[in-house]
Amino acid sequence: MNETQTTEKIRPPVTSVGLIGWMKSNLFNGPFNSFLTILILCFLGKTVPPMIRWIFIDSQWSATGTECREAVGACWSVISVNIRFIIFGFYPPDQQWRPLVAMILLVTLLFISRNRNFWGKLLGYTWIAGLFCMGLLMKGGIFGLTSVESTQWGGLPLTLLLSVFGLTAAYPLGIALALGRRSRMPVVKTLCIVYIEMIRGVPLISLLFMSSIIFPLFLPEGVTINKILRAQVAIIMFTAAYVAEVVRGGLQAISRGQYEAADSLGLNYYQTMRLIILPQALKIVIPPSVSVLISAFKDTSLVVIIALYDVLKTMQSVLSDPKWMGFSAEAYIFLSLVYFVCCFFMSNYSRQLEKELDV
Amino acid sequence: MEKNNEPQSRTPFWQDPFWRSLIYQASVLGMVGLLGYYLFINTVTNLEQQSIATGFGFLEKESSFEIGESLIRYSAADSYGRALWVGVLNTLKVSFIGVILTTLLGAFVGIARLSANWLVSKLAGAYIEVLQDIPVLLQLFFWYAIFYEILPSPRQALAPMNGVFVSNRGLVFAVPESHPAHIYMGLALLTGCAAVFFLRVWARKRQEETGQIFPVFQVSAGILLGFPLIAWYVGGAPVSMDMPAMKGFNFEGGITLSPEFAALLLGLVLYTSAFVAEIVRAGIQSVSHGQTEAAMSLGLRPGQILNLVILPQALRVIIPPLTSQLLNLTKNSSLAVAIGYPDFVSVANTTINQTGQAIEGVALIMIVYLCFSLLTSVFMNWYNKKMALVER
Repeated sequence: MNETQTTEKIRPPVTSVGLIGWMKSNLFNGPFNSFLTILILCFLGKTVPPMIRWIFIDSQWSATGTECREAVGACWSVISVNIRFIIFGFYPPDQQWRPLVAMILLVTLLFISRNRNFWGKLLGYTWIAGLFCMGLLMKGGIFGLTSVESTQWGGLPLTLLLSVFGLTAAYPLGIALALGRRSRMPVVKTLCIVYIEMIRGVPLISLLFMSSIIFPLFLPEGVTINKILRAQVAIIMFTAAYVAEVVRGGLQAISRGQYEAADSLGLNYYQTMRLIILPQALKIVIPPSVSVLISAFKDTSLVVIIALYDVLKTMQSVLSDPKWMGFSAEAYIFLSLVYFVCCFFMSNYSRQLEKELDV
Repeated sequence: MEKNNEPQSRTPFWQDPFWRSLIYQASVLGMVGLLGYYLFINTVTNLEQQSIATGFGFLEKESSFEIGESLIRYSAADSYGRALWVGVLNTLKVSFIGVILTTLLGAFVGIARLSANWLVSKLAGAYIEVLQDIPVLLQLFFWYAIFYEILPSPRQALAPMNGVFVSNRGLVFAVPESHPAHIYMGLALLTGCAAVFFLRVWARKRQEETGQIFPVFQVSAGILLGFPLIAWYVGGAPVSMDMPAMKGFNFEGGITLSPEFAALLLGLVLYTSAFVAEIVRAGIQSVSHGQTEAAMSLGLRPGQILNLVILPQALRVIIPPLTSQLLNLTKNSSLAVAIGYPDFVSVANTTINQTGQAIEGVALIMIVYLCFSLLTSVFMNWYNKKMALVER
């Protein structure tokens, strides 16, 4: 009995644990921070409730444009009514399941690739097969699928296609450029440096202009390449330079000892690179590569300027319809949300990967 | 095997590293040359067929298009060359103001991200995460839409502060009326800068000789503020402001920022400052806490710790990525073409459409931006050399 009395638990003071303790150490530590906290709470109290009213309570979700104009809240029906056009553009309505399946395939592939246990040759082949299937689904022409001209492609599938194909095609090119830049052959080295620095020095928009107006001049008479492919080439050229710099970072991180060990085993240049250096270097650069993918994804929105119907352009053509004029804020907020969700997942994944790979 | 003592003479030339590398390089050069030649021939044929002129002769010709805003006098009767120069100046204007605002805002948000206040830190985190993940073009469209769609006409303009009006015609604010004293103030500021430069040199020399620290920061701040203030007072202390006022359908007086410029600036600054904030945060965190503790144990005051120990080390990490972000801002300013601000790309685009000389136009765009990049990398190399750790 006595013992229990002496060892009676002394509870920590209320002010240092629990909610109050947390608030004391995180919100009200010191007069300046307390002042800041109160200021921010006041500001949030002023702005958040009206915003919530505008977004959720007073908003219209499936009204027509004229009904929207009379309401005070946000007009989300500009999106819900036109969602098919915004996502798929001018793709024939009865065939729109095809880009949908292609997108689902892509998301599934991305999801599978998140798991590091699946990383290997098989996944690589799966990706190649998957990308091929996606292209086939979009284009059609065999297996009883009606052919859809790429001039009719648009919306979100186009955005995804341009960025994912862009990065996939840019990667081998980028690796070659990075190796070239570290080459001991002065001609190769100079060419690679000039290419990389030139592309990195100019804005993407100048390359897109080039693709839309100059590429046709480069081709012999009678040969034409469609606009989407030309923009894709510009995006690949642009992304390759950035991939090259990322890969170069990985190559520089490999110690000299690895090269010397490969030399002493009698491996030639290609064997050294393929078997020793690149597998290590490419593993290091996976997280920054995801960042390149994120910027490629965001940068594809620039194709609006050369009048390709990506998701931003389809949204704008909805907004130019007199019925839906004046709801730009809602439309752009929705698109921002789409981009944000995609980029947020990718960047989170890249951060998590960085931690796991410990680089 | 037995011919080992006759080195190299028997190596076939395709296995000799020297010859092999020569052959590789020659073939690479040949392929690039052939590709270039092929494209060149095609282009020349195509240009001839479409009867498009070549060369930069068009720069001298009359442009016959108006430009909405210009830092220099310009009219449609001026040449394409002058129109493009107006574009370059407009690009420089938005980049210069953008770079300053982005650095300040980015540093502020980056420091806020490290705040001990949970609310401040989380808000800064949300700011960084959200603005980084939305394409800058979308942000530009958004702000531009806000300007021309949601803001009222000049008659019902919002007035958040005395002398500041926001309407769908842009942002108008009051400026001091021009007065000769302003020239004296500018000269005084220049003199102040020179004085601060020599003061720093002298203070550093004195510190190295005697170990005494001169309060450079306070004195420089005093000089930089004080000199213009004295000039202002001596020049007659003008206080009258050029207030914007409604005349007809729009404001007159003050300085007007067009909706295009304001939207472009806002979009670029918000987008880039999110990246800058991340860089600043990482830079400050890269200085280990031990450095602060060591400085404390040497008896430095908090201000001195920041100035002498933390900042020099953090800046070494911050400056290189910061410069590349600010260069990105300059490159992204080319998106002005999408919302109609007459920057260089926008003017060049109009020129291409009118003259049909796409190759020259795109080449000019690339050259101008390459010059910006080159200047930045010259600065970076100079800075890296200056700040490189001297290893003993």
